[in-house]
Amino acid sequence: MATKKFMFLNRKAPYGTVYALESLEVVLIGAAFEQDVSLAFIGDGVYQIAKNQNTDGIGMKNFSPTYKALGDYEVTKLYVEKESLEARGLTLDDLMDLTWEDEDDDYAEKPSIRLVSAAELAAVFDEQDVVLSF
Amino acid sequence: MPIEVNGKSFETDEEGYLVNLGEWEPDCATVMAAAEDQELTENHWEVINFLREYYDEYQIAPAVRVLTKAIGKKLGKDKGNSKYLYELFPYGPGKQACKYAGLPKPTGCV
Repeated sequence: MATKKFMFLNRKAPYGTVYALESLEVVLIGAAFEQDVSLAFIGDGVYQIAKNQNTDGIGMKNFSPTYKALGDYEVTKLYVEKESLEARGLTLDDLMDLTWEDEDDDYAEKPSIRLVSAAELAAVFDEQDVVLSF
Repeated sequence: MPIEVNGKSFETDEEGYLVNLGEWEPDCATVMAAAEDQELTENHWEVINFLREYYDEYQIAPAVRVLTKAIGKKLGKDKGNSKYLYELFPYGPGKQACKYAGLPKPTGCV
């Protein structure tokens, strides 16, 4: 199977709609089939990877721990749009510590989150074969 | 179809996976394995327990490729390879071991 570059664009808050969870499931499926998968978080989508999520009050499963498994799936490119983060008064410190282990570098833990401007993100989109928006 | 374990009934889906993950107890695995003529050795339990820990931490059942790599890291290369895992779980380490462990079918598993 030929490898394609897949970009999953995440635009919505994690709960309240099913978009975030659906996106994550398709990401895991795509990665299981050894495709080159990237994620981007813009708008309220940045809340999907916020720290300390607690869903006790809304009766939904807190699936945020699953983002920490992305490194195991070799999904190591998580682009976060700087403008979206700033507009919500957030910084990188408010996001989960998402890392991957580089087998070629003695299993060094490396950060998966890449903070990029809207313009830089546009360039990343340009390189993709497939873009799926959630 | 429900399975009977220690006099209790556990609901399973059409493929034999537990419906309520929280209900699992070790004997569920023993009963499921016996139904498939599969004996559970210490090596099987090692994988089952590993999967339960993985689910606890990440809330997903890992794909086979991910499981193989993670087992290799934790238990050594002689166990982190598909030959070893398929010998233990001939129906597929993802599908079969996850079922015994009371987890859902791995995401991306068809």
